[in-house]
Order: sequence, then structure tokens, then C-alpha cells
Amino acid sequence: MIVGTLLAIFALAVAAPSLHRVLGRATGYVLALGPLVAFGYYLTQMTPTAAGEATTVAMAWAESLGVEFSFRVDSLSTLFALLVTGVGTGIVLYANSYLEGHPKRGRFFGYLLGFMGAMLGLVLADDLILLFIFWELTSITSYLLIGFDHEREKARKSALQALVVTGLGGLSMLAGLVLLGQIAGTFSVSGIIENYQVLAESPLTLAAMILVLGGAFTKSAQFPFHFWLPNAMEAPSPVSAYLHSSTMVKAGVYLVARLNPAFTEDPAWQWALAGFGGATMLLGAYMATRQTYYKKVLAYTTVSSLGIMVMLIGLGAPQAAAAYILAHALFKGALFLVAGIVDHEAGVKDTEQMGGLFGKMPVTALVAIISGLSMAGMVPLLGFVAKELLLKGSLHAHGGPHDVAWLWPTISTIAGAFMAVAGFQAGIRPFLMKRTAEGEYPKPPHEAPPTMLLGPVVLTCLTLVGGLAPALFAKPIINGTTATIAGASEFELVKLSAIYMATHASTALLLSGVALVAGAVLFLLRGPWRTITGPLDRIGTTIGPERIYHLLFAGTVGPVSLATIQTNLLQSGYLRVYVQVTVLTVLALGGGLMVWQGDLVESISVALPQFGKIAWTELLFEAVLVFMICVAAIASTQMRGRLSTIAVLGVVGYCSAVIFVLFGAPDVAMTQFAVETLTVIIFVLVVYHLPRFAVYSSKKVKSIDALLGAAFGLMMAAFVVSSFAIAADDGISWYYNRYALPDAPGEHVAYGRNLVNIILVDFRALDTFGEIVVLGLAAVGVYTLLKLRQERPAQGGMA
Amino acid sequence: MNSIILRTATRFMLPLLILFSIVVLLRGHNQPGGGFVGGLLATSAFALYAMAFGVPAMHRILRVPLTTYIAIGLGMALVSGLPGLIAGDPFLYGMWSSFELAGIGELKVGTPLLFDVGVYVTVMGVCLLMLSTLAEES
Repeated sequence: MIVGTLLAIFALAVAAPSLHRVLGRATGYVLALGPLVAFGYYLTQMTPTAAGEATTVAMAWAESLGVEFSFRVDSLSTLFALLVTGVGTGIVLYANSYLEGHPKRGRFFGYLLGFMGAMLGLVLADDLILLFIFWELTSITSYLLIGFDHEREKARKSALQALVVTGLGGLSMLAGLVLLGQIAGTFSVSGIIENYQVLAESPLTLAAMILVLGGAFTKSAQFPFHFWLPNAMEAPSPVSAYLHSSTMVKAGVYLVARLNPAFTEDPAWQWALAGFGGATMLLGAYMATRQTYYKKVLAYTTVSSLGIMVMLIGLGAPQAAAAYILAHALFKGALFLVAGIVDHEAGVKDTEQMGGLFGKMPVTALVAIISGLSMAGMVPLLGFVAKELLLKGSLHAHGGPHDVAWLWPTISTIAGAFMAVAGFQAGIRPFLMKRTAEGEYPKPPHEAPPTMLLGPVVLTCLTLVGGLAPALFAKPIINGTTATIAGASEFELVKLSAIYMATHASTALLLSGVALVAGAVLFLLRGPWRTITGPLDRIGTTIGPERIYHLLFAGTVGPVSLATIQTNLLQSGYLRVYVQVTVLTVLALGGGLMVWQGDLVESISVALPQFGKIAWTELLFEAVLVFMICVAAIASTQMRGRLSTIAVLGVVGYCSAVIFVLFGAPDVAMTQFAVETLTVIIFVLVVYHLPRFAVYSSKKVKSIDALLGAAFGLMMAAFVVSSFAIAADDGISWYYNRYALPDAPGEHVAYGRNLVNIILVDFRALDTFGEIVVLGLAAVGVYTLLKLRQERPAQGGMA
Repeated sequence: MNSIILRTATRFMLPLLILFSIVVLLRGHNQPGGGFVGGLLATSAFALYAMAFGVPAMHRILRVPLTTYIAIGLGMALVSGLPGLIAGDPFLYGMWSSFELAGIGELKVGTPLLFDVGVYVTVMGVCLLMLSTLAEES
């Protein structure tokens, strides 16, 4: 069933474009059934997993590598699976109306469901390698989703930025996961968590932890990698609502929560999470107060919320983290969808340009007000409960971060006040306050269709119910997840009711009130606040991480970036430079290694005497051939015509082919002959149209080239000679002999006498298959490069 | 190239060269040869034709586009791997059966043969596509 839900969603993703062609407007309704059924299934898992049960499905995959195709449903994965499928159902319906009439709606559904399947697989995988595969799949599908409006340059750039940042993190994470698997001796996630004592003893654990966190922090937009998330708001609103409220950006939080039981006692883990999480929380919340564009406000509060979750896990407050994950998904998902509705139905993106929309779209307004207030932390919503737990968790920091116990409640309260400002900006400003902007709305504002309202309304009801009657769903989910995040370590559970919390005095309640009041005051003074803090923006644009990103990759802030320099160096467009770079690399790596290992001289001195044993009559043929090759090679550098150069090089090739014949490699020789012949034919076809040879190189350049060539030749000669010193090993050839020949004993007989060919088409056919695929791709590449260049003027005319 | 000698010779050479390339392909299992060399030989046969009669004429006698040849070749290699998979062995595992041909003797046919033919067709398609694209470009 677990695998069934995954397969069904992936199957729908593949079928979506064709379904859309057949069903048209109704596609969304049909496609929503997939995630809906999956949601129903995970709903039935809620109660058993909350009680601590876990279901595991495992299939053998790459046994020799210890990699399994295994999934596990426990409380943590159930929480995320419910978010992925539940919010996903709403998003599919919403997108069906949001993209009404969009020519690429079918393709969009394909991307969206592909992402959904990847995300579901990610939270269910019980194998580190499997988890990584789904992790990368979410990066790729989210790239397609963020860049969906690919005709806009900004959308493409933002999508690429998200891909580069999360992709880099993914590479770091892969290294970390492999290291983790090596230390623990298994790739099974649950296995690693069970044997967490092994991790504490290994000196490599710290490195593995840092590398894995590199992946988690980039994905979950932790400082200093936070900048990609607000830029990713270029995506259509349903994508933002899905990726940036409940799914993709939470993958990092999920990973941290999942691995927390293995590292929870490690001070480095506690400090890393609390430190980076806290910084992200504060920075994100501050940036959110400076924004006025609806989706940007939400984007920065998302950054802040992700920081909160990571920080809470680091502070040893798993219940607060679980509660915040749930509360945030509910209110942020609804608010993103509201942002889309307002943009779709009124045509405005800036909250300061909105106002008085309550009368025009009452349902949307109620959704926004309740969700905005939940984000601000108002009684009796689920957001209040989560904020209360956040402050409690900050007040009772465990482990290493306890050394600076005063810090955590302070920054949490400040961030809480900032979040309240953002909550009012998103929930109150557009709906309950007067419109101050000049002129009419670009579109006459009206209520959204029911399909677009369904998702946000359901999410908002859950926000209400979760705070007022936690026993219905919030408590089992949150407390069950808490146990999974905490693992073997001790944790305390707080009563979750919003009413109970609001009526029982505590330090957390006091701080919560302070944050709310401060937030309200700051919201009223938001104009002056934005003016005062304006100059601080310059810090971000001059030394911020996004500028560093541009210096490294994009080069949009200046003409030079590291990527430009590297590309100019390696991809100069001059064949001569390509050859130089290749030769230098081989020289440095191959020759350097031979010299460094020191056995070069030794092996040559062992090998050389063996040549003396060969009778000179046997050497005669070879000597003649080698002499011809040398003469032809030198002549090729002196030729002035193209055809003569090719002919002379042909002599080199044919002579080498004869040498192959002499040494008993007729297959290689035949191929060499055929290749040489074809090369000549190609040149005859092409050379005709090339300009005459001209000498562009100066004497100096020529001598450098000659030096490089000589060094390369010497290295290859030394390499070949020293290979004689390696004792001939029977290796694997006995196997081929035994199983290939028809008269040889053995269970599998390849019925052939030409071992070279049998290896190519039978024993190692998969390699050959890979090679011919590469050949095919190369041909298509040549074809596209040359043909499309010819057709470009015609296309330009059409555009 | 407008040479009547070349054209006449090519007309006779083309079938011979193709036949030769097929012989090289088929003998490859027991003697030097195989799909790769066979494919290269077939390429030179058609390249000779292109030199004598021009690239468009070569496309005409090939009938289907060269990209189709590549696709068919890769498809044959892929399909040759499936019988092994279906029988529960690894992908591309060699499966053999033999026929009694009256008057000739026993003929062994196996999936590696299909694979080698796939290599032959792919190599021919790839080389000719590159060659003709370069020739048309310039």
C-alpha cells in the first residue's frame, strides 16, 4: 500500500499531460483523486503510528552495496505524508482553476504530481540512498515548477538559483550520508538510529554531520543559504503554497528531525541547529517586516519559521518543533493560496496597494485573517499553541545551548514580534484596512471559485480546530511525532489546548503577550520602521550571501564571476586550449602520481632488461614501423596543406594498425583501419570548404606546445614501459576462456571463439550498450548543433 | 565529384562492400570482426556512394532518416536484453537456441547476435549522420 500510493502518484504524473488533452477542464478533479486516496490511507495510519507503531516495507535492491528499497511509516513520516498528500489534493484542485486556460496546464500537473511523489518518497524512505534519490528528485521537479513561466528571465534565474543552492547542498549531503552509512555499517535509517552509540565513538561522525547538515540547511533555506527561497516566489502561487509551506523546504527540517535521535546528545549537533536556526529565525522575521509584496512577506516568514523548527530541535524541544511544523503548514499554506487568489481576482501583488477587500471577497478574507492571526500567535488558534511551545522550548534549552540560556527566549520573543507584524500585514492589511492607493484595482475584485477556496478553507478550519480541540487530530499527531524526533532521549509533553494555555499564567504566556503587543505597535508604525531600517539593506547587498552567490556563479553584479573565469579558462572555444588543458591535466594527475609514488624509476629499471631478451630479427618489423610513424608525425607538424597533413597523419594511424596486427590484436587493427579510412573521408568532405592553413602561433607558443607534446609523449612511454614491470596476472581471462568456448566446461557457454567480440556483446554487453547510447547522443548533438544553427535566422524571423 | 569512373565503380562496389560488412559482422563471433567494425565498413560503403552521387542521393537509397537507424539500432540492443530479464537472469544475459537447417547443419541463434546487429546499425547511423551533417553544413 505504501509503495502503491507512491506508484499511483508517479503514474498520474506521467499520464497528466495526455489526460489533460482528453479531459480538459476536468483534469484537476481526476488527478486530485490520487493524492486524496493516499491521504485517506495515511489518515488510517495516524492513530497506530501515534501509539508508536511502525510499518516497514523492504525489497532487495543493490544487495552488494547494502542498499535497500525500503519504506517505513512511523509518526514523523505520517505527519509529513499527510501534509504532502492532504495539502497536495487542495493544491491540485486550486491549480486547476488558477491555471484555467493556460496552454501548459497538463504539463504543470505532470511536474506537480512528480514533485508530490518525490516528496512522499523522501519522507517515507528508510534507506539513506533511497532518501537521497527522492531528495534530488524534489530538487529537479521544483526547478521545473519554479521556472514554470520559463519565458520570463527572472523565473528561469530563480529556478536555477534554487537548483544550484539545493543541488550543492545535495552533493554535500550525499557525501555525508555515505560516510554515515560507512560508520554505522548500514544504510538503513532506522538501523542507524538504533545503533546510535556507534556514531558517538567514531571520529568521522562530526564530518558526516556537517556534510549532512549542508544538505539540510540549503534545502530548508537556513542562513546563509536563505536567499534562494524568497527569489523562488517567481513560481505560480499554488507552487509557492505547496513547495514553500508544507513540502520541499521542510525536507531539510524533516531530515534533521529524522536523524535527531542519532545525534541528539552531541553538543556540536545541538549548537549547529540552535545557532543556525536561531539566526535564520531572527533574520527571516526581520526581513519579513520590511516587505510589502504579499508573497515576499510570506516567503521571509517561511524562512523564519524554518529557522524556528531547526532551532527547536537543537534546543531539545521536540514537541514544540512538531507543533510548529503542523501549525506552520496549515496557516502558511492557506496564506500563500490567499496571495494567489488576491493576485488572480484583483490583480495586485503589493499588500500596501490593497485594502477594503473584506466586502469583496469575504471567504478569502476570513481565511486570511484567521491564518494571519495564527501566524501572529493569537489565542485560540493553533499558531498560538505553537508559539507558546516555542517560547517554552526557548526558556528550557537543553544540552550545550543551555550555557547561554538567556539568549533563546530573547531572540524568540523579538522574532515573535516581527512575525506578528508580518501576520497583520498579510491577514489584516488587505482586508480590514482602508485602501490608500490611487485608482481602481486592475481587475474588479470578486470572490474566487469554490475549487480555489476549498483548500484554504479546510486548512483554516484545521487551524481553528487544532487550537480549540487538539484531541481531534493535533494532539495525536504532534505527540506521536515528538516521540519519533526525540528517539531514546527524554522529553516532556505539555498540554496542548489553547484555552488551557491562555488561562494559566506562565513566563511563556507573558513573553507571548509582549511579542503580540510589540508586534501590533510595530505594525502601526511600519512606515517609519521601514524608513529607519532601510539603510541596513545595503549591508545585505554589499556583503550578503546572495552577493557571494552572484560573485561565484551568476556574474549579474559585475562582469566577472568565478564561474565566468572558470568557463573562459576551460571552455575557451579554441581547440588548441582544450587540448592543452586536457594534456596538462593528464600530465599533472597521471605523471604526478607516477613520480609521487616513486616506483617509476624502479619499474622502468625492472622492465628495460626484458627488452634485451628479444632477438633483433623480431624487432626489425617494429623498428621499421616505428621509424615510419616518427617521420610521419614530425612531417605532420611541418605540412602547409590540410590534405597533406591528413594524409601524413593517416600514415601514423595505418602504421599503428600494422603494429596491432603484429602483436596479435586483429580486431583492434581492423577497427583502426576502418576509423583511419573514415577520418580521411570526413576530412575530404569537410576540408574542401575550410580556409587555407595559416600560421597564427608565434615561435614562443609553438615551443610551449612542443614542450607539452614531448612531455606528454614521454609520460605515456614511461607509463607503457613501467607496465611491463607488473607481473602478468591471470585475472579474469580464465573466466572468459572457460565460459566462452563451445567445448569448454561450464554452465553458461557463449558459443564463440573470438573473445574480444564475446566480451563486447555478451559478457560486458551492458558497457557496450552504454557506449552505443553515448555514440547516438553524440551524433544527435552534432546534428542539433549544426542544423539548428542553420535554421536560426528563420526562427528569429518568426519571433 | 563528377567522375563517371567513380560512379560506375561505386554502383558495383556498394553491394559488395555492404555484403562484406555483413560478413564481418557475422563472423565476428568466432573470428576477428563484429558489429562495430562491420558498422564502420558499411559507413564507408555509403560514404563512397555519397562522394560519387552526392549526399542527397545517399539519403535516398537509405530510405529512412539516419536518426531512425540510430533509434532502431539502440532499440535492437535494448530488446536483446529483455529475454534474459524475462527468464529471471540479469539484463542482457545471453540466451541461445539452435535450429537444424536442412543440408547446412546446425545454426545457433542467440540474443548476442541481435545485440551485435544493433551495434552495427547504431554505428552506421551515427557515423553517417555526423558525416552527412558535416558535408551538408559546409
